[in-house]
Order: sequence, then structure tokens, then C-alpha cells
Amino acid sequence: MEIGLAIGFWVLAIVTVVSALAVVLLRDVFHAALFLVVSFVTVAGIYVTLNADFLAAVQILIYAGAIAILLLFAIMLTREVRQGSPSNRLQLPALIIAVLMLVTFISVFTSTQWKISAQAPPEASTGPLALTLFNNFALPFEVASVLLLAAIVGAIALVRER
Amino acid sequence: MTLQHYLVLSAILFCIGLYGVLVKRNAVVVLMCIEIMLNGVNIAMVAFSRYIVPTALTGQVFAIFIMTVAAAEVAVGLAIVIAIYRSRQSVDVADINLMKW
Repeated sequence: MEIGLAIGFWVLAIVTVVSALAVVLLRDVFHAALFLVVSFVTVAGIYVTLNADFLAAVQILIYAGAIAILLLFAIMLTREVRQGSPSNRLQLPALIIAVLMLVTFISVFTSTQWKISAQAPPEASTGPLALTLFNNFALPFEVASVLLLAAIVGAIALVRER
Repeated sequence: MTLQHYLVLSAILFCIGLYGVLVKRNAVVVLMCIEIMLNGVNIAMVAFSRYIVPTALTGQVFAIFIMTVAAAEVAVGLAIVIAIYRSRQSVDVADINLMKW
């Protein structure tokens, strides 16, 4: 069981990182968007290895479903496919900043003494998650729905033909 | 699998997205890289939730809110990109300097 989890984690992690790199490095915008979908799906698999089954389903629905389709539509509507996704002149400074941040993150993460809990996570996360969301986080939940409404109205107002 | 594995994975994803955001000139690709960064943060949230407070699930609730905000952000962002493309026939972020003095 434990060894299967480890194999699953490593396969998913490697596919996620490679497809994220492909998003950044590929010149064809459309292929980059398709690799983004691959990385969304493998991130959902990583949630499964973390006992977050509800989040994995939401990740597939929202990211691989809605956001990916929205991005593909935007790519097709803006007809920038021919020009590819060129880089600007900041490649070297950006690479240095990204690598420095990565080194900082990894050194902090590996040197900190995390208080790992010995408790087992709940078998199915959906029920406990709903209880937490609607008891302790009821107000933020409502605010999030207002935010979504504002985003819908704003998006429609922005692209409407005048 | 330990917490550190997941945290390092999330840091790698975050930094790949950061590089893309800084370097790419196509506004849609910049939005895609922001999504990669948010995914990395979400993995860190869920990993903390799983290993530090397994029964409280607070990290997963935060991940849900991050997904909500990401969906709102990408909808409004793409609407802005399409509106700019309509008026200027370009989504190159170097050309969009209307608010630069």
C-alpha cells in the first residue's frame, strides 16, 4: 500500500512538472494549453494521494473542465496561435529569480521541523469538509459566491458588444 | 511520502509558473502560468492539511476558496484580454501600456 502510494506520487509529480515546463517552454500556444490540462489532471491525482477526494473531483471539474475550455476559447478568439508564445528580454533575470526562489523554498521546507500529526485523516473527506465549510467558514463561503457573481457580471460587461 | 515531498513539488510548480509569468509576452499564456502557480499553492495547502491537521481539513477549505478566486480571476482576465484584442488587435503584454506614464 505504502509503496504503491510512493510510486503513484513520483509518477504524478514527474508528469506534473514536465507538463508545467512544457506550458512555459513550448512555442505553440495551443499545445501549451493542452499540456496545462495534463498538469491539472495529474494535480488532481496528487490530491487523491493526499486523501482529498472531493478536491480531486473539484479540480477535474473546475480546472480541467471549465478553466481549460475558457483558455482554449480565448486562444482561438484572439488568433495569436500563429505568433506562438514568444519570450521577452527578461529571460535570464527571470530564470535567476525563479531558481533563487526555488532554492530558498526548498531550503526552508527541508530545514523546518514540521509538527507532523499522527492522527489518521477521515476516510471520505466530503462530509467533514461540508461541515467545516458551512459551520466555521459560512461567511467566507457567502462572500465567495458574491465574488463569483461579480466576476460573471464583470466578464459579461467587459466583452459585450456596444 | 512525507510532507517535504509535497512541499518541494509545490515549490517547483510555483517557480515554473513564476518564470512563465515574468517571461511570456502573450497575455493568455501569462494567465496560464498564473494557474500553474495557484495549483502549486493548492498542493501546499492540501499537504499541510493532510499532515499537520488531518481531521480539521482547514487547508482543503482554503484550497476550495483559492479555486473559487482562480475561476473568477481567469474569467475576468480573459474577458479583459478579449476586450483589449478587440480594440488593439494584439494580446502582447508589451503593447498594453495604456496605464503606463
